[in-house]
Amino acid sequence: MSTVGAAAIRPPLSQSPFLRAWPIYPLLLFIIALFIIPVAQILFLSAFDAAGHLSTENYARIAKTPVYLQTLIITFKIAGWTTLFAILAGYPVAYFLASSPRRLRDILTLLVLMPFWTSFLVRTFAWMILLGRNGAVNRLLTALGIIDAPLSLIFNFTGVMIGMVHAMMPLAILAMLSVMQNIDMTLVKAARTLGARGGQSFWRIYFRLSLPGLAAAGLLVFITALGFFITPALLGGRRETMLAQVIISVIQEVLNWRFAGALSVVLLAASAVVFYVYDRLLGMSTLAGSDDAIGTFGGGRGVVARVSASIGARVIATLGWLTDQAGELWERLFPVRADRPTRSLGSGMLWTFVILIIAFLCAPSLFVIPVSFTAGTFIQFPPQGFSLRWYEAYLTSPGWVDATIRSFIVAFATAMLSTALGTAAAFVLVRQRIFARMAILALILAPLVLPRLIFAVALFYVYARVGLVGTILGLVLGHTILAVPYVVITVMAVLRTYDERLDQAAWSLGASRLRTLYHITLPQIRGGVVAGFLFAFITSFDDLTVALFVTGGSTATLPRQMWNDLLLQVNPTLAAVSSFILVFVTVFVVIAELLRRRSVAKSG
Amino acid sequence: MLEAKTKLSIRHAWKRYGTVTALADATLELREGEFLTLLGPSGSGKTTLLMMVAGLVAPTAGEIWIDGKLATYAPPNKRDIGIVFQNYALFPHLTVHENIAFPLQMRRVAPAEIADQVRRALEIVQLPHVADRLPRELSGGQQQRIALARCMVYGPSIILMDEPLGALDRQLRDQMQLEIKNLHARLGITVLYVTHDQEEAMAMSNRICLMNHGRIEQIGTPQELYFRPRNVFVARFLGESNIIDATVEEAGRIMRLAGPDGIQISAVADVEISRGEAVKLVLRPERVRLMNSGESADNSAVGVLKEMVFVGGITRYFVTLPGGAVLSAKHLSHHAHFGLHPGNALRLGWGAADGLVLRQSGHE
Repeated sequence: MSTVGAAAIRPPLSQSPFLRAWPIYPLLLFIIALFIIPVAQILFLSAFDAAGHLSTENYARIAKTPVYLQTLIITFKIAGWTTLFAILAGYPVAYFLASSPRRLRDILTLLVLMPFWTSFLVRTFAWMILLGRNGAVNRLLTALGIIDAPLSLIFNFTGVMIGMVHAMMPLAILAMLSVMQNIDMTLVKAARTLGARGGQSFWRIYFRLSLPGLAAAGLLVFITALGFFITPALLGGRRETMLAQVIISVIQEVLNWRFAGALSVVLLAASAVVFYVYDRLLGMSTLAGSDDAIGTFGGGRGVVARVSASIGARVIATLGWLTDQAGELWERLFPVRADRPTRSLGSGMLWTFVILIIAFLCAPSLFVIPVSFTAGTFIQFPPQGFSLRWYEAYLTSPGWVDATIRSFIVAFATAMLSTALGTAAAFVLVRQRIFARMAILALILAPLVLPRLIFAVALFYVYARVGLVGTILGLVLGHTILAVPYVVITVMAVLRTYDERLDQAAWSLGASRLRTLYHITLPQIRGGVVAGFLFAFITSFDDLTVALFVTGGSTATLPRQMWNDLLLQVNPTLAAVSSFILVFVTVFVVIAELLRRRSVAKSG
Repeated sequence: MLEAKTKLSIRHAWKRYGTVTALADATLELREGEFLTLLGPSGSGKTTLLMMVAGLVAPTAGEIWIDGKLATYAPPNKRDIGIVFQNYALFPHLTVHENIAFPLQMRRVAPAEIADQVRRALEIVQLPHVADRLPRELSGGQQQRIALARCMVYGPSIILMDEPLGALDRQLRDQMQLEIKNLHARLGITVLYVTHDQEEAMAMSNRICLMNHGRIEQIGTPQELYFRPRNVFVARFLGESNIIDATVEEAGRIMRLAGPDGIQISAVADVEISRGEAVKLVLRPERVRLMNSGESADNSAVGVLKEMVFVGGITRYFVTLPGGAVLSAKHLSHHAHFGLHPGNALRLGWGAADGLVLRQSGHE
């Protein structure tokens, strides 16, 4: 592009590309020291026995103990069902969003995303309120006379499914939406004018083209679900124990690093297998949802891929045929007439479904708010009377107040550090041709993909050695690893749309590099940087996993304190805390999202 | 010649979006084998009209008849039409062969016959060797031809084309214009074409339907629209024109008009106009001559050369009349005129039949 012009105008700094890329080095060093080395170490440990000799002892134990194999099966089963439900219910929503006008889509996307950002613990707690024996759902059904005895919706498979599908559906919808938005709707129209009925044009064209999104959603949801522990711990029973929960208990109860490492390897290997199968069947390029992927999709390598592609094509043809048969039957009952408009039944059904799903995603968390104002002594819905007593309890308890203040401090420090490291790195990644750019980007984004729990265990192991356990510094460093990818992604997105000629203009008008950065570049990308800061803040504010290992009783953060209470005694103070977090985080995220959109739109 | 069959009939079609009227009272007939172009600036309603014929936009009022059958609200797959979209809308996951076979499959044509027809369609557009490629492996012009082949393979009553050449560069566009025109002549297909490019419209069409603000301004052959525009909008949209405000001083077959600054103009009357009426005189620049001292014409005016623009084959002259109005003239470039400079005095002239008198009334 304009690199020649840029080189001519840019004031000479350093000619060496290695030196010129200096702003990215702090982040790289940081990630290597606090992420790569600790994780490698904990995985490495699994190959040693207690005496420090190389051994397969840990793995033999996993293989020999039926409980572990069972846990693995349960983990896969839960992740699999979660994926299936999240995609089945999420697909129509994504379709609806993709075909909505821009403004409506923006608003609905924000609604779909809200639960994604509301605290995990708050959401899970809300489901506990809703699904319990005396919860809102059972009370409503009983009152309506639909059931006589309360259904058991919690502490079993149903509870886990509801909680996990709720948690994962936004991710599935987003992944599918990103592909669907790039599907040219005129293709569907073209198919119609070429003689295809609605069913054929949907299945053969639209659905077929949306498959990469569907597959990407499936992969992301499945991999993420494998590492879950909060939802099964709080909404499931003993029979829904997932692998991550076992790892936590191995660490917290017996402090067996080597065995925890081995279990982590199993979890990682499970993810790797899924990735591998996905790649064999569909090819990794489909993950990017690029234009290229459309042609190659299903045409992956090898016999397996070809067989699956041909089966897939038949399935699609059959689905199209079935839909059209149904459509023809319908038309025989209610013929389409050329002399008056036909009301579409489908769009009404889609609207209803989408509203129901969005309500399912957004509404549950809101239940914590009325519950927090109860005058009663235990959690119930509808609440008893109105009082502020639980807010008073929250604000007068030194434990809660300390945890809140600590959370704010940690989140603020994390956001500052992440923004500084991430923004600098984003500049280099967008504007310079650097060695192994994709690999470096993958390294920076790796903390998003690796099950957070494994990272937390690894960090704990390193911290125990250097005395950082229970310190605010240790927590900030750990959270920064988790938050920095968000900053890099947001700032890169804004920088990509930023017209670099503006900088060149400033240089040509006599501004130095630094002054250009300060007066020209930063003011224009401010929205993206601030959004990155806010996302980092929330990531830290909401994190339980790292806090679970790195903080102790006297240094607990808000989520850690909530977790302890949720496991021991559920009381309305939790509702007050949850309401506070819910409102605070919601406001924060909405601001961040609006800033991000405005800034991308402005420079785009 | 026998009266050709009517393939498409649009009767009093309206489209409103809330309070916005996208199409107002459009009535239009398309005869078999005809090439009719909907021409107009963006937002003129031409695409709305096309999409209405395709069944992708439902009219608020009015009727649409395709091949003698009422099709106003029929779904797109039940109308006997084919569309070439602006971006071609080739299915990216299907090969060229599969793309062209698609409409035949949808019509449950036997596989052997599909293969045969696809081959023939590819031969017609002269691309028999690309059958197994994916659309993105083709050049823009090739994609265009495949889109045409896909549209013609099932022999629809009408082929609709929505700015099909918009995405191509100038040279390729000129070439494709010729090709589409040839195909039209060779296969006798009926085409409803949409474009905003007046030259494209004039080069390709049997008739042009010029639209503006959701209304049809005029329908006619390119020559009719150019030489007999019904109003100022048509005159301005097609080609260049000098539009002169004038008042009728003397009616008759040759009327006398009073132009700005009291210039006397004589013009042939087409329409009945009475004395005292305000009119607009449309005068094409190529009809305005630069006159030498000895020459005379029905009308003449003296002015000062304001600017001269040489664009190769032709040269444009802008002449300021004493009252300040500017008249433009356009001529084949001639070296004899190189001596002219801004500021030189010039005499312009034109015949009484060169100008077209339009009533002032009526919308623009």
